[in-house]
Amino acid sequence: MRFSFVFSEMGIAIRRNLSMIVSVILVTFISLTFVGTAGLLQQQIGSMKTYWYDKAQVAIYLCTKTSPQEICPQGEASKDVQGTINERLESETLAPYIDKYYFENHQQAFETFQREFKDNSVAKYVTPEQLNETFWVNLKDPNQAPIIIESFNGLAGVEEVKDQRTYLDQIFSMLNIASLAAISIAGLMLFSAALLISTTIRLSAVMRRREIGIMRLVGASNFYIQLPFILEGVVAGVIGSLLSGAAIIGIVQFFVQGFLATQLPFTTFVGLGDALALLPGLVLVGAGLAAIAAATSIRRYLRV
Amino acid sequence: MISISQVTKAYRGAPRAALDNVSLEIDKGEFVFLVGSSGSGKSSLMRMILREDMPTSGSIHVLGENLVGIPSRRVPHFRRKLGVVFQDFRLLPNKTAAQNVAFSLEVIGKSAGFIAEAVPDVLRLVGLEEKANSLPSELSGGEQQRIALARAIVNKPAILLADEPTGNLDPATSEGIMALLERINLSGTTIVMATHDVGIVDRGRRRVVELSQGRIVRDERSSGYGIDR
Repeated sequence: MRFSFVFSEMGIAIRRNLSMIVSVILVTFISLTFVGTAGLLQQQIGSMKTYWYDKAQVAIYLCTKTSPQEICPQGEASKDVQGTINERLESETLAPYIDKYYFENHQQAFETFQREFKDNSVAKYVTPEQLNETFWVNLKDPNQAPIIIESFNGLAGVEEVKDQRTYLDQIFSMLNIASLAAISIAGLMLFSAALLISTTIRLSAVMRRREIGIMRLVGASNFYIQLPFILEGVVAGVIGSLLSGAAIIGIVQFFVQGFLATQLPFTTFVGLGDALALLPGLVLVGAGLAAIAAATSIRRYLRV
Repeated sequence: MISISQVTKAYRGAPRAALDNVSLEIDKGEFVFLVGSSGSGKSSLMRMILREDMPTSGSIHVLGENLVGIPSRRVPHFRRKLGVVFQDFRLLPNKTAAQNVAFSLEVIGKSAGFIAEAVPDVLRLVGLEEKANSLPSELSGGEQQRIALARAIVNKPAILLADEPTGNLDPATSEGIMALLERINLSGTTIVMATHDVGIVDRGRRRVVELSQGRIVRDERSSGYGIDR
């Protein structure tokens, strides 16, 4: 086995077939960038889930004067209602599930609201009385929210019991759909990359059919004949996957860390480490796909 | 050395068999002319000996290998023991004479040291050492065929198959190629040469095997191209 020879043959093949090779590189690059982005998005969803699920509370909203009549027939919840809820939260049945809880009155709710919606015109029209007095409950295990919901739902003076995770789940399912879309696009593009690679390799083989004919006549082994072609595809695939790795690192560095992280300072975002961790996988997919596509197409073209 | 027994080759859709129950023995060191009109089966027979094609029935043994049963991964190694030249030379146009010869050794994994010794040797043998760095386009037809011959014999094959090697050359140049083939034959290489060249066969007084419509119609020691000619 003479590697210098195999590599020089591969170099000649790549130079002759440059435009096709460039297109293979680009298609691999773009499709793997989609794959990598989907991967990052999944990691992001995962880390946000652990972060936010732990912070998610169950809110027990008490009736206000403006609550719907059919839910809160007696209007504004009385101090007694607060007392009942307090008692139940402290009771032996519920206390073991609860990490901590606190009560938020109209004025506190109003301040929070003003702070969170300070750029929104709605803040001007809201009065403290319109905002629910609320018991905010942190659970030891956020999955046990239904216990709290069942205990307080329908209690007189309680307008609604809401697990905040239901809001999060909507966000996460949207992110999930986005990452699924990225994966589907990536899959289609990887498929077309594979087809493009096999066409490229066959073209390359046609252009070098004299050499191949002579190699077969003088008894070069199939492996030796096929290797430069397979390597040609693999080189293109690896270059494409390295470019996609660079793109993903760029996305993380400049968009996620440089922009998103400064805009949303209280959220944990995927970092460079996550992007770097994806890189070997991307290269493996790019190289493997190219090798398989090139090997199948060249094998069909070159029968002994 | 070459043992062909009751070989028939029928191509799908062809009205008659390309080879029809052909049996032929060729011994070590022989020089055999294969003659016959176009389509008589000469090329098919050559392809069988090279194991480029398989017979529909019958058996072929070449250099101790049963070519009907040989697994395809062993075929490349088998072909290393054979040399082949063609009417159209089949040189690589972008490589020099020496590179063309070296190529056939590189692709079977010979070491750089071996190639550096073997290539000038064989170019000297075919009388083209001073043309080593010329491209095929800079060489005459006869010189190109010499390079092709050099490439065919550089790995010291036991058998040399020549498919109309003088078909594209003028008579004087053809004589030079024949002289070279005879020298190669004298060194012990078995030569099977398909040809249409009446003069060469008549002058050669070698074994002549004539094919017609896929059958062997004549097999004579030291004969000419055709008795009736």
